[in-house]
Amino acid sequence: MSNTKQYIVKRFVYLLATMFAVSVVIFGLANALPGNVARTILGSYATEDKVNALEAQLGLNDPLYVQYLDWLHGVLTLNLGNSIKYGQPITELVIPKLLNSLQLAGVTMVIVVTIGIALGVVSAVKHNGRVDSVISTFVYAGVSIPEFVTGLLLILLLGGPVFSVFPASGYVSPFESVVGWGTHMFLPALTLSIVLMTHVVRQTRSEMVEALNSEYADAARLKGLSRQKVIIKHALRNSLLPTITVIALNFGYLMGGLVVVEELFAYPGIGRLVVGAIRNRDLPLIQAAVLVIAFTYTFGNFLADILYTRLNPQIDYS
Amino acid sequence: MSSTKTSPEQHQSNPVLSVASVSVEYATKEGSVKALRHVSFDIQPGEVFGLAGESGSGKSTLARAILRALDDNGSQTSGSIQYKGEDLQNLSPNALRSLRGSDIAFVPQEPAKALNPSIEVGEQIAETIREHQNLSESEVQSQTIEMLRQVNISDPDYCAESYPHELSGGMKQRVAFAIGLSCNPDLLILDEPTTGLDVTTEGKVLQMIDDLIEEFETSILFVTHNLGVLAEKADRVGILYAGEIMEIGATKDVFTNPSNPYTQGLLAAVPDIDRDVEIEAIPGEVPDLSAAPTGCVFADRCEFATEECHEGSIDLETVTPGHETRCRRLETVQSDPIQAELRDARTNYSGSKILEVTNLKKYYGQSSFVDRLFGSESPVKAVDGVSFDIHESETLGIVGESGCGKSTLARTLLQLLEPTAGEIRFRGESIDMIGSRTLPQLAASQSKMADFRKEVQVVFQDPESSLNPSNTVYETLERPLELFTDLTQEERENRIEEIIQQVDLGITYLDRHPHELSGGEKQRVAIARAFAGNPSLVILDEPVSALDVSVQASIINLLRELREEYGTSYLLISHNLGVINEICERVAVMYLGEFVEMGTTEEIFQPPYHPYTRALLTNIPTTEMDTADRRVYLEGDVPSARDPPVGCSFHSRCPQKIGDICECERPELEQAADSDTHTVACHLDEKEMMVPLAEDIEESDR
Repeated sequence: MSNTKQYIVKRFVYLLATMFAVSVVIFGLANALPGNVARTILGSYATEDKVNALEAQLGLNDPLYVQYLDWLHGVLTLNLGNSIKYGQPITELVIPKLLNSLQLAGVTMVIVVTIGIALGVVSAVKHNGRVDSVISTFVYAGVSIPEFVTGLLLILLLGGPVFSVFPASGYVSPFESVVGWGTHMFLPALTLSIVLMTHVVRQTRSEMVEALNSEYADAARLKGLSRQKVIIKHALRNSLLPTITVIALNFGYLMGGLVVVEELFAYPGIGRLVVGAIRNRDLPLIQAAVLVIAFTYTFGNFLADILYTRLNPQIDYS
Repeated sequence: MSSTKTSPEQHQSNPVLSVASVSVEYATKEGSVKALRHVSFDIQPGEVFGLAGESGSGKSTLARAILRALDDNGSQTSGSIQYKGEDLQNLSPNALRSLRGSDIAFVPQEPAKALNPSIEVGEQIAETIREHQNLSESEVQSQTIEMLRQVNISDPDYCAESYPHELSGGMKQRVAFAIGLSCNPDLLILDEPTTGLDVTTEGKVLQMIDDLIEEFETSILFVTHNLGVLAEKADRVGILYAGEIMEIGATKDVFTNPSNPYTQGLLAAVPDIDRDVEIEAIPGEVPDLSAAPTGCVFADRCEFATEECHEGSIDLETVTPGHETRCRRLETVQSDPIQAELRDARTNYSGSKILEVTNLKKYYGQSSFVDRLFGSESPVKAVDGVSFDIHESETLGIVGESGCGKSTLARTLLQLLEPTAGEIRFRGESIDMIGSRTLPQLAASQSKMADFRKEVQVVFQDPESSLNPSNTVYETLERPLELFTDLTQEERENRIEEIIQQVDLGITYLDRHPHELSGGEKQRVAIARAFAGNPSLVILDEPVSALDVSVQASIINLLRELREEYGTSYLLISHNLGVINEICERVAVMYLGEFVEMGTTEEIFQPPYHPYTRALLTNIPTTEMDTADRRVYLEGDVPSARDPPVGCSFHSRCPQKIGDICECERPELEQAADSDTHTVACHLDEKEMMVPLAEDIEESDR
């Protein structure tokens, strides 16, 4: 087994270990919440007998570890039971919402990565010049204002009152209308991008400034290579490595940001589902949705690690 | 080697490079720094011109000025630099670009940093060829491979596909040369091309430079601080000091008849294994160049200087045709030159043993649980069973190349790393934290440890990082006194004032922060800190290798004085045999975690030799103008300490290997014939180890 493969397998083992730990925490927290599930389901007028009977039926009287193992079994077989509030199987509820959220996250990441890295490179090349300060100012403003304010401002500006260019809420499947999908996606994705962009721009800029001042960039210039070649071929490649780490970390932030932004734009994603589930004390649904979010985050970081190995020949995987 | 040394008179006609009265200034917040002032010299076709100088002399600035690649705040304020008659300042950016890498190529100082870490080295050569020559892609690739072959890389195809971090230091430097030579330049600028390489690797790179000079007929500007390298390689040299050329001429003239006080001082400051002399430091420091100095720039540090030296401008004067010096007192300087004085005989210390080390081992690479799950690799045996002792007031030198484990040894002795096995006894008492299982045992060993820390101090290589940047010198020196002594505030103050003067810094230094000190001053503070609590053993880990030659000499002399004053023992770790020769009574030669030879300094520097010691000794560039190449070249690189060769660890590179016994049986340190204090770990018989240095032993594969 090559070192790289071994490294990936090792990372995957860590991924599983992390997920296990996360599942324990989620299960524990949900059980620590006040309130009785059976009573929540039956309503406050149910008799004590009925509540007890349902508790027995749901296995709530079993020891916690038995409950946990039952739940874990459900997770692994994708059979998580029904939502208390909606009565539907949880899997059916969560998966479409997750797919919607992943589309939003994906579009956001594409905007953040392309525009963020481009702005970072421009800042670095013109570093300490006027263009650099303009970019820095906007980028800092972006991160200083919370999403719900940025989102509201964008809705006010582009979603109706001033220019009615983009729909301010809802979601259209790309199979129905690609244009509709794009326009509905635009404002929430932009809102998230503005916040997330900062780290990517700053990181790319500082790495690029360092790379452009490095001895290898200097050596490349002294070989007679053109400016573009020095910037793109020699400096950018080395600058991207730390940026990837930042992007992976951003991915976690993005999952959190989704909750706010989906709520604001009435976007039918997993963030909105969680908020609804918490409001309704829909315990099984909360557990499932939070676990899915945690998994997406961990898996995102796993992918980033693997991408890192592709780009950085220097990592010693042993 | 000196077959290429031609007399400069042969081709006076059309110089490849003509530097005429060039001045360069840097704009800084404190005003403009006049880094170069009216520097002039020519380089003839096929000539190797050496430019020597210490840091701050402006030698790198000059190299960059020629390439028109000065930093943004630097500018050429006078003079002209002509390449084949064309003024480089008049070139358009495009013309300059096509000149760089193609006509004038540059080999940078640190290939580890100058090669792009994420591009295969083959591509880094190929892109230069592609840029400057109109070739098809397959021709570019084949020329790339050919270049790697030219610089003696044994498997060029494999090397081309490697990334820089997969290559050894010497290989990286060869790749840097391949890049520089890839378009057959007429002028090659070498900026400290062997600095930072191990001495045996340096030897091979220098040998390669010889071959390349013959093959390519390139003119070379060889910039370095290492006078020994220039003495060997350059046809002519210029000695640069504080932005001015102090002396210029044929290498032989300059080195045998140095006619400038600065050159003389530099030569007297170089530790040299061939001379039994006490090196002499140049007093003072490089002047501040923000004000244009009047008179001689060296006058403040010159023992010959009189008042007239501080006035007017001083021109170069001819010593002999082609040999010029910038000095008003030439006659005095020539009749009474600065020379290092003969050294007193070494004392033989046999007092009580202060430190006894038995079979010390330090292995790295304890694997984690998950690693073990996937099968872990064997540990790195950084120190693999060394034994030695140090007597009262004695200096033991440990010499070896990078990766031999000498720094790990120092750290393990200091208990900064936990030894894997073995025993360290300090003044007869065992220093052992591992054996302490019970609390009282632990407490006892902790108090023993506190004593040990007080008695054993350390000076690291890089004072830059070993001094806390936010503490003043006073605070730095007070810390060990607080920790290790019961002195009152007032007594501490007195002690600090005493010690700072003993390291030749005034009490005005006490309020300064590290960034306000020069490299040499920082090292003096680090030494003062080590000595503040009056330790009985100081471990010196490469204490002078980050310093300029003249500063290095003054630090060595300081260490010598402090040893006399305090009767301290030293453990001096260095890769520089010259430095070892200066100050050590006994020496141990280390290779791959083991001692291969140990004895008094005389015994080490005279036959019988361990083959590795022989290689180290012969590869040191020396300023003596002898012409015989006595180098013993070692094959390949140092093997990995994770997987050292079986049998004798040196057999894979040994030019005197005798056969199977070397590959199977690990030689122990055994007493050599000449003395009972001299031990060598080698299967060779006495006679083979006795071959004098200058005589050829078996020609090894390059």
